[in-house]
Formats: sequence, structure tokens, C-alpha cells
Amino acid sequence: MKRRWLVPGLFGLLVIVLAVGLTRDPSRVSSPLIGQAVPDFRVERLAAPGHVFDSGQLRGEWTLLNVWASWCTTCLEEHALLMRLSGQIALYGINHRDARADARRWLQAYGNPYRASIFDEHGDVGIDLGVYKVPETFLIDANGIIRYKHIGALSEDAWREEILPRIRGARS
Amino acid sequence: MNAVRLLGLWLLAGSVCFAAEAPDDERYRALLYELRCLVCQNQTLADSSAELAGDLRRRVRTLMDQGLSDAQILVHLQARYGDFVLYRPPLTWRTAALWVGPFLLLLLAAGLLVRRIRRSHAQAPDRLSETEQRRLQNILDEGRD
Repeated sequence: MKRRWLVPGLFGLLVIVLAVGLTRDPSRVSSPLIGQAVPDFRVERLAAPGHVFDSGQLRGEWTLLNVWASWCTTCLEEHALLMRLSGQIALYGINHRDARADARRWLQAYGNPYRASIFDEHGDVGIDLGVYKVPETFLIDANGIIRYKHIGALSEDAWREEILPRIRGARS
Repeated sequence: MNAVRLLGLWLLAGSVCFAAEAPDDERYRALLYELRCLVCQNQTLADSSAELAGDLRRRVRTLMDQGLSDAQILVHLQARYGDFVLYRPPLTWRTAALWVGPFLLLLLAAGLLVRRIRRSHAQAPDRLSETEQRRLQNILDEGRD
């Protein structure tokens, strides 16, 4: 009696495993940097050549570190949201593998939500942050520890359900 | 005389350069085949033409020049991109099913097969019963007629 259900049962299990597998996005790889300190970097600012931005400046308050580029079309999707958030949280940019003139023109055309953007011309800071799919956004706490990483365009949902609860949870 | 000396020097320099570079290039290529490009995930850094792969290749070169060992270079990238950057996933609890699963399935299939063969042997006695013997004889007799 029991044996009759063995094969359909195994088959059902297989279907469930495969179905769950289909719902997951293989291009989103979890980052080993969550819970780690922001890697040290000292890189020129986009707006001011010769003026160095030190990653130590990211300490002292919760910050969002957003990786963007003028060639990145998905970055436009999240841009309006970033403009809104710039009044609510310290927002810094990493201008990833870009040309300085293009990046500045982009900020002029669409608006600049960043307190500062660093000019990561060859993507070296990007590698240290494990960036592989622009845009990416890192949530960093007041001690400079990476708490969350969002891959792809930042969404209202991600802000409300992933980022805000982490900040509030730490405060309470 | 000078020409001979010059030729000797040239050969010496050439061989030194060759000796210094060839094993390094070999090492570099071998390392690239151990690393995954995260943009086109089924390609190694050696195969991929994505920009990220280019950046990562440059990083591997830089780390080699700094004197890091192969293992240190793999750890360096693993710390930034996770286990996924290694083309051969390490055996951990999360990847255990991946490594052990196929062998478990093979064992299961073999077990079922053995059981089935045994049972079919047990069910089929090697002697015919009396009635069967008689039926067989009938069929054979009919065939002869």
C-alpha cells in the first residue's frame, strides 16, 4: 500500500525542487562581504580631480553606497528613487568604469543625488566590493560594516522591506 | 669578436627572459581556468570577453606580480565574490548535495535494480508445475502433428 506512493512521491519532490529552482535568479550571487567592513580605498572624486575620497569618510552614520555609470541604462530606472532618498540618508556614489566627462554630463542632465561620487575609472574599487552587475547598492552602518547589498536597480520595495528595517532594527 | 660577444649576450638575455616568463604565463592561464566570470556565468575568466573578466584578469596579473601564491589569489577573489567565483565549487555543506547527490542516485538506482532482479528470480521457479508440464507437452504434440 505504502509502496504505491513511493514513485509519485519522489516525482513530486523532484518537481518541487525544480520549481523552486526556477523561481530563483542565478545571476544574483550573495556577497561574502555582508557583515564585513567596507574595503579601504582612497580614490579621486568625480567632481574634483586630485581631491581624494577616503573610505573612512563613510563612517559615523548609515550610508548607501551606490555603484553607477553613465553607460548603465538600468541606473536610470532607480535614479528617481535615489533623488528622493538623498534627503533621507547619506548617499554616496561609485562611478564605475566611466569617462569623467560623460559621468558629469549624466549628473547634470538627470540630477545628482550623491553627496560625493568617487571616480573608479578601471573598476578596481568595484572588484574590492565584489561588484559584477551595475547598478549595485550597499547599505553600510555607522561603524562602516556592510549590512546589505542590492543587485540591480534599487526599488521602492527594497528600500522599504530590506533597507529601512535594518536601520530601524539597529536603532531600537 | 665583438659580434660574437654580442650574439652571446643576446642569446643569454633571450634565454633569461624566456625562463622568467614562460612558467609565469602558464601559471596565469591555469589560474584563469580556475575562476568564473560572474557576468557570463558558464565561462571561465580565460574564455570570457566580458569587461568584468578583463578587469579580473588584470587583478590576477597584478597579484601574481606582487608575489601571491595561486591559493592566495583564489582566496583574494573568493573573499570578494564568494565561492561562486571558483570554477570548481569547494565541498561545503551548501554544495554537499551537488558533490554527493549523483553518487547517491547511482547507489539508489543500483539497489533498486538488484532488488528487482532478485525478486524476478525468486518469483520464477526453475521447474514447471505438473499442469504446466502437461500443457507444454500438449503444445509440443500438436506441433508435431
